[in-house]
Amino acid sequence: MTLQLPNPIRPAFDKGSSDSAVIVNIGPSHPATHGTIQIVAELDGERVVRTDVHCGYLHRGFEKECESHTWHNLIPYVDRLNYCSALINDFAYCEAVEKLMGIEITPRCRHLRTLLSEYSRIADHLTCIAAALMELGAMTAFLYLVTIRDYIYEHLADLTGARVTYSYGRIGGLARDLPEGWLKRLGEILDEMDTFTGRVHGLVDRNRIFIDRTRDIGVISTSEAINWGFTGPILRSTGAARDLRKDTPYLSYAELDFEVPVGIKGDNYDRYYVRMREIDESAHMIRQLMEMLPAGPLCVDDRRCTFPEKTLVYTEIESLINHFKLVMDGPQVPPGEVYSAQEGANGELGFYLVSVGGGTPWKVHCRSPSFVHVGGVHRMLDGYQLADIVPTFGSINMIGGECDR
Amino acid sequence: MSEAVFEQVLEHLGGAALDASVTHGTLAVLLEPSGLLEAVRALKDTFGFDMFLDVTAVDWPERQPRFDVVWHFYSTHRRVRVRLKARVPEADATVDSLTGLYGSARYMERECHDMYGIAFRGNDDLRPILLYEGFVGHPLRKDYPKQKEQPLVPYRTSEAPK
Repeated sequence: MTLQLPNPIRPAFDKGSSDSAVIVNIGPSHPATHGTIQIVAELDGERVVRTDVHCGYLHRGFEKECESHTWHNLIPYVDRLNYCSALINDFAYCEAVEKLMGIEITPRCRHLRTLLSEYSRIADHLTCIAAALMELGAMTAFLYLVTIRDYIYEHLADLTGARVTYSYGRIGGLARDLPEGWLKRLGEILDEMDTFTGRVHGLVDRNRIFIDRTRDIGVISTSEAINWGFTGPILRSTGAARDLRKDTPYLSYAELDFEVPVGIKGDNYDRYYVRMREIDESAHMIRQLMEMLPAGPLCVDDRRCTFPEKTLVYTEIESLINHFKLVMDGPQVPPGEVYSAQEGANGELGFYLVSVGGGTPWKVHCRSPSFVHVGGVHRMLDGYQLADIVPTFGSINMIGGECDR
Repeated sequence: MSEAVFEQVLEHLGGAALDASVTHGTLAVLLEPSGLLEAVRALKDTFGFDMFLDVTAVDWPERQPRFDVVWHFYSTHRRVRVRLKARVPEADATVDSLTGLYGSARYMERECHDMYGIAFRGNDDLRPILLYEGFVGHPLRKDYPKQKEQPLVPYRTSEAPK
């Protein structure tokens, strides 16, 4: 039986611009690109003349699905956007809903969300750097970094019950408080991480092969990065100290001491180094937050969103009804619209929510950094070698779940 | 500081702003679709809103005109956001493209065209991006049923292939 499969894309070009040009198709499933992405490239010899980048292979109707669930039920969905740092998605979404409801979270929750955001950022950067290095053949560095990432995953599983997609944020609070001894183990992991990232610095930073493959490759200037909507480590690698944690402080960032690392010229090497330095800054922030973490309640005392104590649900009728209404109808969010953004591991992660009142959103739109970055990545691929596509694409850290939604 | 910027922007827009409010720290302005390009050019050149964050639409099936098209802009220097909105009818769901002003508009307008069928005048590349070639309809419109499936490859049946 032969099955003729229709082509899901229409390439922007199917003829080369010169006689010697060759058009090649890379992906959507290719062992050297992490993430399902298709790049149609025109080559002149080994040089990339132009590229046409297609995403969407992981599109699963996130925004459509959101319109038929309660505000609370969306939390597991937003987890699955950027699955390398799922907690940041949780908190960014919850913050947007809290703005619509006019809720101010408790100090303990605010500090804990900040701490966990930074912890997730570390895990995300470790994943990105590890994968990018492995694609260049640095297997040892990969193993060092994912060892720490695995410690973090196991440690977060202690707290949330899951390794990757945690569903830990709640509107107005968090799912549960820290287990005993969690902070002590956190300190141990951070210390161990310092050792391992130090080894990776030693292996990679001045490595001739690594420098040859990354220095002056995939260069982008600040003005061009802004024109193409780039945010996060990619924008900072061009030398612009733009970070929402500093520029529009949210959660507890205004109370913390930290620097915004920047690169020199916006090439692959700078993007590697900015991420490594951000890991250090995140660890520095977490150590401050461990000292600062106040006691007190975790969730706001607001019956519109916070579930009553289980013992009360079983013993008094008001709490039982409250619980029932929250599960069946969802938190009642007043009509309005909000755009709320946090500094995700990849850049500005924004949620645009529209409510018409009631327990279900009218519209949920996610401004995902990966999608915007993929829209401009051809600026960093064109003009370089075919083999440079792999490290450049790795330094973008495109996350399919977030890009394609 | 952000209030001062917002006041200047509103003063500049003048009568072009049909409705304006500051909600949750963002200036939201409703415009006529015809005044969009001029307003965005002023935002970018005069007020330094150098980053185009996002474009999407909101479907109000009961309302005339049916769609809100929503743009978000950010100024990396003043660190504030502005939201522009324009209403377009279903029969002529067309607005001007911002690809001439911001490179990032290219991809995001393709997504909005995919999802809502909004046409962007001046964007010559509105090929599907998250959907595939040949997809019929616009899934984020409220009248597109959530369960509707359009598999690109036919599902396997229990019968053996011939």
